[in-house]
Amino acid sequence: MLDTVVIPLLKIAVLVNAVLVAVTFLVLMERKVIAWAQSRLGPMRVGPYGILQAIADPIKLILKEDITPVKADRHVFTLAPIMSLVPALVVFAVVPFGPDPLYYIGDINVGLLFIISVTSIGVYGIILGGWASNSKYPLLASLRASAQLISYEIAVTMTLVSVILTTGTLSLVGIVEAQQESGIWFAFIQPVALVLIFIGGLAETNRAPFDLPEAETELTGGFHTEYSGMRFALFFLAEYANMIVISAIVVLMFFGGWLRPFPNIAFLGFLDLLPAWIWFVGKVFLFLYVFIWIRATLPRYRYDQLMSLGWKVLIPVAIGNLVVTGVFKVVF
Amino acid sequence: MTVPAPRVSTTQFDTNELVINMGPQHPSTHGVLRVVLRLDGERVLDADCVIGYIHRGVEKLCENRDWTHIVLLTDRMDYVAAATNNLGYVEAVEKLMQIEVPRRARYLRTVLAELQRIASHCLWLGTHAMDIGAMTVLLYAFRERELVLDLFEEFCGARLTYNSMRVGGLPLDVPPGWDRKVRSFCDLMEGKLDDYETLLTNNRIWLKRTRDVGVISAEEAIGLGLCGPPLRGSGVSRDLRKDEPNAAYEEFDFDIPLGTRGDTYDRYLIRMEEFRQSIRIVRQALDGLPEGPIMGKVPRLLKPPAGETYHAIESPKGELGYFLVSDGKSTNPYRFRVRPPSFCNLQGLKRLVRGHLVADVVALIGTIDIVLGEVDR
Repeated sequence: MLDTVVIPLLKIAVLVNAVLVAVTFLVLMERKVIAWAQSRLGPMRVGPYGILQAIADPIKLILKEDITPVKADRHVFTLAPIMSLVPALVVFAVVPFGPDPLYYIGDINVGLLFIISVTSIGVYGIILGGWASNSKYPLLASLRASAQLISYEIAVTMTLVSVILTTGTLSLVGIVEAQQESGIWFAFIQPVALVLIFIGGLAETNRAPFDLPEAETELTGGFHTEYSGMRFALFFLAEYANMIVISAIVVLMFFGGWLRPFPNIAFLGFLDLLPAWIWFVGKVFLFLYVFIWIRATLPRYRYDQLMSLGWKVLIPVAIGNLVVTGVFKVVF
Repeated sequence: MTVPAPRVSTTQFDTNELVINMGPQHPSTHGVLRVVLRLDGERVLDADCVIGYIHRGVEKLCENRDWTHIVLLTDRMDYVAAATNNLGYVEAVEKLMQIEVPRRARYLRTVLAELQRIASHCLWLGTHAMDIGAMTVLLYAFRERELVLDLFEEFCGARLTYNSMRVGGLPLDVPPGWDRKVRSFCDLMEGKLDDYETLLTNNRIWLKRTRDVGVISAEEAIGLGLCGPPLRGSGVSRDLRKDEPNAAYEEFDFDIPLGTRGDTYDRYLIRMEEFRQSIRIVRQALDGLPEGPIMGKVPRLLKPPAGETYHAIESPKGELGYFLVSDGKSTNPYRFRVRPPSFCNLQGLKRLVRGHLVADVVALIGTIDIVLGEVDR
C-alpha cells in the first residue's frame, strides 16, 4: 500500500508542484535573460531584482476575468488548454532526475516512446483551441500548428530511433546508464542527432525561431488570441513545461542525464559532491537558457520555409543518420 | 464573409477565401493602418489598405495659421522625422519669398536633417526586424535613436516634435560643444551599425524572410509613384539630395546606394547604407561648419507675394513635397498641400503583397517604412 500508492502519489504531488514552480521561475528567467540580451533590466519592481514577479504573474492571471467568446465551441474551448497542459506534466512521470528509484516515478521499458506519444497529444490543445475559438487569427494559427506538428514529429522520431539503436533501450534510465558504461556522452557519438532533436524540439514547443502558431507580430495572439485569465495561463504553462521536457530529453539522451561530466574519470570524483539531481536540473536549465538565447537572437521562419526545412532538410538528414548508425552498428 | 461555424460539417472538402482585417489594432501595422486581406489559406490574394484613422486635417489647419506657426504643425505629420518636415516647409516658404539663408544655418539644417534620418531609420530598422521576429534589434535600434533624441533635446529642448527651424534660418544656434557630441555619436553609431548587421545581414533566416519578397521592377516602382528607399531598391537613382539639392547638400560628398533586385533585402541594405552616408554627411558638415549668423533677413510679418511653389526634399521615407499657394494679401497660406512619401509608398503595398504569405505582409509593411501620421495628416 505504502509503496504502491502513497509514495507514488506523494512523488507526483511534489513533482507537479516542482514543475509548475519551475515554470513560473522559467518565465522570470526568460524575461530577465532576454532583457539582459537587449540591454534592459527586465522586471525589477516586484521583490528584489523582480524575483517575486514569478509569483505576481500567476496571481494576476488567476484574478483576471475568464472570457469565453459567444461563438466559440464552448466544450472544446474549455478542454483545449487542459489538453495542452496535462500531457506536458504527464511526461515527467518517466523523467529520471537521478539514478535512484526515489528520483523518478516510473521507469518503464518504453519510456522514450511514451514521451513521444504523450507530447504529441499536447499539440491537439493548440489545434483545437485555435479552432474552437471560432475566430480568424486563431484558425490560421491552428493550421500552422498542425502543419508544424506533422513536419517535425517525423524528423524527431526518426532521430530518436538512431539514438535507440546506439543504446539498445527505450528506458530513459537505461539510456543514461548506457552513457555511463560507454564513458562518453552520446552528444559526442550522435552529434547530428543532437542538432536534429534540438531543432525539432524548438519547433515542437513553438519556440522562436519556429513560434509560428503564436507569432504575435503576424497573428496577433496566435492560437490563444481569444483566451484570457487562467485558461491562457494554462497554455502558457504548457509551453514552458514543454520547453523543460525537451531540455530534459536532450540532457538525458545526449548529455548524460544526472551524470557529472566525464563520469568515468575518477580524478574528477569531487564533482560527485553535488547530488545527481542537481547536475540534471542544472543541465536542463543550461538548455533552457539556450532556448531563450535563441529567441532573443533569431528572426522568425515563415510557415512555408519551416515546412521545407522540416521535409527537405531535417527528415532526409534524420533518415541518413539512422542509416549510418545502423551500418556502424552492424559493421562494428 | 465569416469563418464557417465549427459545428457545421460538410461531406466534401471545399475551400473558401478568408477575409481578415489586419489592423487598425494589429501589432505590426505601424500605427492605425488597416489592411483588409483576402486569403487563400495563408496566401494573400488581394489586399486593401484602409487609412484615415488619425486624420487630423493638418493641411486645413495650416491654411488657418500664420506662416510662422505652420512649422509647428509640420512636426505632427511624420512625427518620427519632425526636423525633416520642418526643413521641407521652411525651404518652400523661403523659395516662395526668395529669402537668402545664411550658410551656417544651411549647414546646421543639413546636420539636423541627417541626424533625423538616422533616428527615423533606427525606428524603421527596429520595427521591421521586430515584425520579422528579431526582437532584440528593436531595443538596440531604439537605444541609439534615444541618443539622437538627446542631441535634439540639447539643441532645441524637444525630443519628438522639435519645431526646430524657422523661415530664414534657425531659431537658435547650437549650444557650445554640441558638435563634439554629434561627432562622438557618429563614431559610436558606426560601431552599432556593424552590430545590427551582425544580427541580420548574413543571418540565414533574415535572408530567407527578405530575399525575393516583395520584388518590384523599376518600371513598376516608377508607375506606382514610389519614392525614397523603395524606389532606389529597384535600382532607380532618384534622391533629391543629389537631384535637386536643398540645404547644403551640394557641398558634400556622399553616395546614393542603389538596389539591384528590388526586393525587401535590397531595401534593407539600402537603408543600412544610408545610415553610413548620413554619418558621412554629418561629419563633413561639422568639419566645414562656417561661422556667421543663423538667421537671414526676414520681415517681421511673413506675407509672401501672390504665387505658388512646389518644393520637395528627400525625407527619410522619400520625396516629401510642399505645395504652397499664397494670395499675397493674408498672413496665412491660401492652399497648403503636402506630398507625403509614406502615403505614396503605401499605394505600392497592394501590389507588393499579392501572392505572398501572411507573414510577408508584415515584412512588407515594414519595408515601405510608413508613418501613419504622415499618411493621414
